[in-house]
Amino acid sequence: MDVQEHKFKVIGTRPIRHDGVDKVTGRAHYGADISLPGMLHGKVLRSPHAHARIKSIDASAALALPGVKAVITSADFPKLQSGVVPMGELPMNPLYMSMNLLAQDKVLYDGHAVAAVAATSPHIAEEAIKLIKVDYEVLPHVQDVVAAMKDDAPILLSELRTSGAPEKSDKPTNTASQLRFARGDLEAGFKAADVIVEREFDTAMVHQGYIEPHNAVAQYNANGQTTIWTSTQGAFTARDQCALVLNIPAGSIKVVPAEIGGGFGGKIGIYLEPLALLLSKKTGKPVKLVMSRGEVLRATGPTSGSHIRVKMGANKAGKITAAQIWMAYEAGAFPGAPVGAGCMTTIAPYDVENLQIDGFDVLVNKPKTAAYRAPGSTNAAMGSETVIDELAEKLGIDPLEFRRINGAKEGTAQPAGPKFPRIGYLETVEAIKNSPHYKSPLPKMDGRVVGRGVASGFWFNAGFQSSATVSINSDGTANVVTGSTDIGGSRASCAMIAAEVLGLKAEEVHPVVADTESIGHTDMTGGSRVTFATGYAVYDAAQDAVNMLKQRAATLWKVKPEDVVFQDGVVSCTTNGNESMTLKELAAKLPRAGGPVQGKASVNPRGVGPAFATHVVDVAVDPETGKVDVLRYTAAQDVGKAVHPSYVEGQIQGAVTQGTGWALNEEYYYDDKGTLRNSGFLDYRMPTTLDMPMIETILIEVPNPGHPIGIRGVGEVPIVPPPAAIANAIHQAVGVRMDTLPMSPPKVCKAIAEKQ
Amino acid sequence: MANVFIPALLRKLTGGKDRTSATGATLREIINDLEHQFPGFRDRVVENGDLAGSIAVSINGEVITGGLSESVPAESEIHFVPAIAGG
Repeated sequence: MDVQEHKFKVIGTRPIRHDGVDKVTGRAHYGADISLPGMLHGKVLRSPHAHARIKSIDASAALALPGVKAVITSADFPKLQSGVVPMGELPMNPLYMSMNLLAQDKVLYDGHAVAAVAATSPHIAEEAIKLIKVDYEVLPHVQDVVAAMKDDAPILLSELRTSGAPEKSDKPTNTASQLRFARGDLEAGFKAADVIVEREFDTAMVHQGYIEPHNAVAQYNANGQTTIWTSTQGAFTARDQCALVLNIPAGSIKVVPAEIGGGFGGKIGIYLEPLALLLSKKTGKPVKLVMSRGEVLRATGPTSGSHIRVKMGANKAGKITAAQIWMAYEAGAFPGAPVGAGCMTTIAPYDVENLQIDGFDVLVNKPKTAAYRAPGSTNAAMGSETVIDELAEKLGIDPLEFRRINGAKEGTAQPAGPKFPRIGYLETVEAIKNSPHYKSPLPKMDGRVVGRGVASGFWFNAGFQSSATVSINSDGTANVVTGSTDIGGSRASCAMIAAEVLGLKAEEVHPVVADTESIGHTDMTGGSRVTFATGYAVYDAAQDAVNMLKQRAATLWKVKPEDVVFQDGVVSCTTNGNESMTLKELAAKLPRAGGPVQGKASVNPRGVGPAFATHVVDVAVDPETGKVDVLRYTAAQDVGKAVHPSYVEGQIQGAVTQGTGWALNEEYYYDDKGTLRNSGFLDYRMPTTLDMPMIETILIEVPNPGHPIGIRGVGEVPIVPPPAAIANAIHQAVGVRMDTLPMSPPKVCKAIAEKQ
Repeated sequence: MANVFIPALLRKLTGGKDRTSATGATLREIINDLEHQFPGFRDRVVENGDLAGSIAVSINGEVITGGLSESVPAESEIHFVPAIAGG
C-alpha cells in the first residue's frame, strides 16, 4: 500500500470508540471490580521512614487477630541474584525488583512496602497491619540528587558501583550509572559563538497521576497455576516480571488485563501482583489488593526530579555552535532513572555539530521511578528549550526562526549519533509559525501581564513485539484480538486498520484485548508503540485473512487463488468476469469452502518513526500572587498517518494538560524527615478542565515510510514542550527566566522580586 | 567493513578515537573485531554472552532486535546507545 497515494476509506475517519458504551455506562470491568468466591483482602504495611534498617519484624499479634489468614514479608520471596535481565524491551534487575516489592534488610523511602496481610475483610487487613511490630534503626537519608552524588552522602545500596564510569572504582556510591555523548570540538564551538547562555535547572519529582489506583487479584490453584487479574499496561510484561521475582515458570501464570484507568508508564512495573500471588498460595484463597491514593503517590513509580546544567552558544546567523549539557536524574531507591533518554532527546530537534552531554542515574530516598510519557525528555527540554529561547532573544531572532535555522531533518545526526530517517520537525515549526494563534496579538488583561512562549520536543517512539489475530464471522463481520492494553483508543485504531484491509466499516470489526493464554506475546502498551506495532500485526493478520478468503473463494469457483482478487470487501475472479462475492456472502459459505478464516501475525517491526512537536502558549501572570494561567495553547505535531484523528488530538490534549501540571503545580513535597507531605490529590495539585483552555491541535501527517499505513507513535512527545513553552511565556510576560519546576506562585513571586 | 562509532566513555579504550572500522558479517563478529583492536571493549557491551541489557545497537539508523546474531550489511554505520523504552 503506498501510503502517500492511497485513499483510505476508514483510516482517518472518526468512528465512535468500540469500548465507549461500556465505559460511559459503568459496565467496563476494572481490576477493583473483580470479586471471587471466598476472596480475601490484602493490605500492605509501609515504611514511615525514608531510610532505616529493619532490625526485626514481629507479625504474631497480627496473625492472632480473628480473620487474618496470612502475613508475608521479604522472607517469603526467593533469594535472587543482582544483574540486568532483558525483560522484553526493558532491562530489569530481579533483585532490586524484589527488594522494591517488599523491603529486605532496609527500607529506602517513605512508603516502602515491608509486609502484607490477607484477611477476610479489608477492615481486618487494615487493623492487622497496625499490629505488625517492626523494629527500625533510623538512618540518615538523602533526597536531593546533587547531595546524593557527594562523597559523604548516606549510601542507599552498599554494593552499588557506578556502571559506565570511565574508571572502575570499588567505592560505594549512589550514582548507579553515567553516560556521555560527545562529538565535534566543544571548545572551538564555543569560541565560534557570538552569544553563550549558561543556566542551571531543578525539576521536581512528579507522578503520572492516573485516576485508577493499582490493584491485583490472584488465585493460586493447587496444580501450581495462578490467574492474576490486574490493571496493567502489559499483561505479558506483568506475567514475566512476576515469574522473575518469584522464580517460577512464566507459563504457570495467566494474567488477565482488566480495563485500565490510566497508566502513562506507571503501570508497566509491578507492585501488588506478586504479593497477591504469594498470599493466595499461602491461604489457598483468591486474594485482592487495591492501593489507596496515598499508597499510589508514596510507593509506586513517579518520574525523576533532576538537576540540569546547560551551556549553549550560537553565532549571529542564529546557528548553534556548541552545546554542553549535564544532567543528574533521581532514580529513586533503585537504579533506573530515564537519564539516557534525557540525554538522547535534549537538543535532538537541532543539528548541533559540537556537543557534550553527560548523564547520571542517582539513587535518592524516594520511590523507585518508573516511566512517565516520553520518560526523561520533559526535564531535558525544560533546560535546552529555555536556553534556546534565551539565545534567540539575545540574537534578536524570532524563536521559531531560530529553530528553523537549526532544525533537524532527514539525515541529521541525533545527539547519540544515529541519523534521523524522514521526520517532520521543520513542518511543526512552520505550522506554528503560520498558525492563527502565533499570528494573533496577545490579549490584554486587567491586573495581569501576558506573554507568549514556544518550545519543541522529540521522542523516539518504539516498536517491540506484538501479536494479533483477525477472524471472519459467519455474518461477514470480523473480530480482532490483540494483547495490547487499550489506554489511548487502540481498540478503535486496531479495528479501523482491520476494517480498512477487509473493506468493512469500523463498526463491523470487534476488537478484543486478550489475556496471556489467548494471544501471542505482546509487549507493553508504552513507548507510543501500540498503534504502530500492534497495528502492524493487525495489518499483517488482516492481510493473512484476505489471502485465506481468496483461497476459499478459489475453492468455491474451482480456480487458482492467484486468479482471485480482493478489493473493498469484494472477492472477484479474474478468469471469469461474472464471478464475484461480497465478504458477507463469502463468509456465509466458508463451511463449504475449506473452513473458518483466521488471519494471524506476530511482529517485531523496525521502521519506527520518531515524533516531533512544537507548541505555542499564551499565559497570564499575576505579579502580585505569582499565579500563572494558561490562556491559549496550540500544539503542532508530526503524527504520521492519523488513524483516528480524534484520539490523536486527545493524546495531545491530555499530554499538554499533564505537562502544564508538571510546569506549574505538581511536585513531591517531602519534609525534613523525608516523609511525603502531599500524598493526595488535594495537595498534589493536578490540573483539571477548569484550569485549561481548549487545547488547539495541528496534526501534520508525514507518513512513516517504515509502516504499511504510515503510522508513527503520537502519545508521548506532546508532554515534552509544555514546561519550557510556559517558562518562555512567563519570561515574555514578566521578564524572569524560570529555572525550577514547578513554576508555582511562590517561585514566580520570588523570581519577580529578585529581578526587581 | 562497518563504520563503528565509539561511545564517549569507552574512548579511553580506543586511545580517544571516536570511530573506527570493523569487520564482520554479524554484530558478534564486529564486537570480536573491536575486542581484537581494543582489548576490554567486549566486556563493556556484552554480558552473559548477549548484548548487555542496558545497551541498544543502532545499525544504519535502526535499533536492532537480533542481538549479537544481527546481520551487519557492508559499509554499515553502527552506534552503541542506551536501551530505552517509554511510557
